[in-house]
Amino acid sequence: MGIERSEPPESQAPSTGKLDHRLMILAAEDNVCVACTHLPAGTSVLVEGMTVTLRQPIELGHKLARRAITPGQPIVKYGARIGSATAPIAPGDHVHTHNMKSDYIPTYTAEGEQRYVEGRGA
Amino acid sequence: MRGYLRSDGRKGIRNVVVVAYLVECAHHVAREIVLPYRDRGVQLIGFPGCIPNAYAWRAMQCLCTHPNVGGVLLLSLGCEGFDRSTLRQAVEASARPVEVLVIQGTGGTRSTIAAGRTWIERCLGELSALMSVPMRPDELVVGTTCGASDGTSGLTANPAIGRAFDLLVTQGAACVFEETGELVGCEHHMAGRAVTPELGWEIKKAVAKAVRYYQTLGHGSFAVGNVEGGLTTLEEKSMGAYAKSGASRISGLLKPGDLPPRGGLYILDMIPDGEVRFGFPNINDSVEIADLITCGAHVILFSTGRGSVVGSAIAPVVKVCANPDTYRRMADDMDVDAGRILEGRAALDEVGREIHELVLAVADGCQTKSEVLGHQEFILGYKTFQPIGPACLPTVP
Repeated sequence: MGIERSEPPESQAPSTGKLDHRLMILAAEDNVCVACTHLPAGTSVLVEGMTVTLRQPIELGHKLARRAITPGQPIVKYGARIGSATAPIAPGDHVHTHNMKSDYIPTYTAEGEQRYVEGRGA
Repeated sequence: MRGYLRSDGRKGIRNVVVVAYLVECAHHVAREIVLPYRDRGVQLIGFPGCIPNAYAWRAMQCLCTHPNVGGVLLLSLGCEGFDRSTLRQAVEASARPVEVLVIQGTGGTRSTIAAGRTWIERCLGELSALMSVPMRPDELVVGTTCGASDGTSGLTANPAIGRAFDLLVTQGAACVFEETGELVGCEHHMAGRAVTPELGWEIKKAVAKAVRYYQTLGHGSFAVGNVEGGLTTLEEKSMGAYAKSGASRISGLLKPGDLPPRGGLYILDMIPDGEVRFGFPNINDSVEIADLITCGAHVILFSTGRGSVVGSAIAPVVKVCANPDTYRRMADDMDVDAGRILEGRAALDEVGREIHELVLAVADGCQTKSEVLGHQEFILGYKTFQPIGPACLPTVP
């Protein structure tokens, strides 16, 4: 699983290639990429050659959609299915517990009273 | 690289004395005995339960005859169920200095502490006379686990540890990754890397067992902090955890206490067999570290994103920090700054080579951060295992 990086990290402006240097793709077939740094809301990032203004802050290590994903479609990271979408996801959207779920056993989160997020699959 | 030759032919990279309490009731006395010697390689381990358990007994035997251990003091209250005399015989048979102190027969707390310290003085004298011998990388067993993971763990530290594993396996070392419960969703890929189809089937069976275990118990090894760090699902965490295994073929499946028969990459199945009982099999990271050490691991590569500080008794822990912000905040606790990869300051292969070199240096006596800080976490609980089947350790190359 190679890590693709389109630009050297020194420059602060979005790069002109297909992918922003502040984002990382873990496998070519992935439909999400990963933030290499904290990205405040309102930041413009380059996703698949398209400039997207972030509607929400994205923390380091969190996922962004590389393309539109419809509910039920798999979320692919590391070239592997890590769950499926539960809501329509636009390119550049934060992908997390609010719009995807596990296909295995429930995810335990701090939301509310440390409840289980819906997500029982197999 | 130099090590301490033991009677079974294995070599240790440390020469520690363990003081092991055989029931919680003997814990305080054992801890008091260790206290003045905590900076002199005397370490505390133990089993809290009064009711005997075959897994815990075997684990204690493996730990007391671990190559990094030079001498053993067993602390018994006197009426617990643990079979101390067979354990003593096993340690004696390994030609290590061993003593059993039974608190009820030694006159209580004060006199047992005094007797224990007298024995420790004598044992340390004996151990200091032990000469080290040359040791090769193919005599090393290296384990890996992760804890306090975040979204960066699977991006930097874990794949870098995987690269280091590849280098170690090439040199003939045995490398052990674990924890089938954290590899849910990777089982078919893993099976494809097994040296035989039968071993692949055993791996899939082990993951299915873990899924059943976690479904019965309600949730897996997935913590609130993982979600805050950007990991959404167990499968996602699994893929990131799986990266620690590198790219070598998988030579075998071990259970706690099984020693890798030769060099290569092994997976450790630490989920108990049979009906779900005794609660969560891995209540914290130290349980996993202890299970790896029962398999002979000399050193543990520990990947952390949010920042764990743990070390371990018996085997040094090398902490590989995945997150550059965490590293800046907790550098005193971290041995490797793998988060440089995220900031474009180092390539994955470079960090992998750095980890590999550090393993060899630690094996040669260089202290890890957690060793310097005195971390010696240890925990052992109840589990049940069936022996591994013949397909788990194929003899084919």
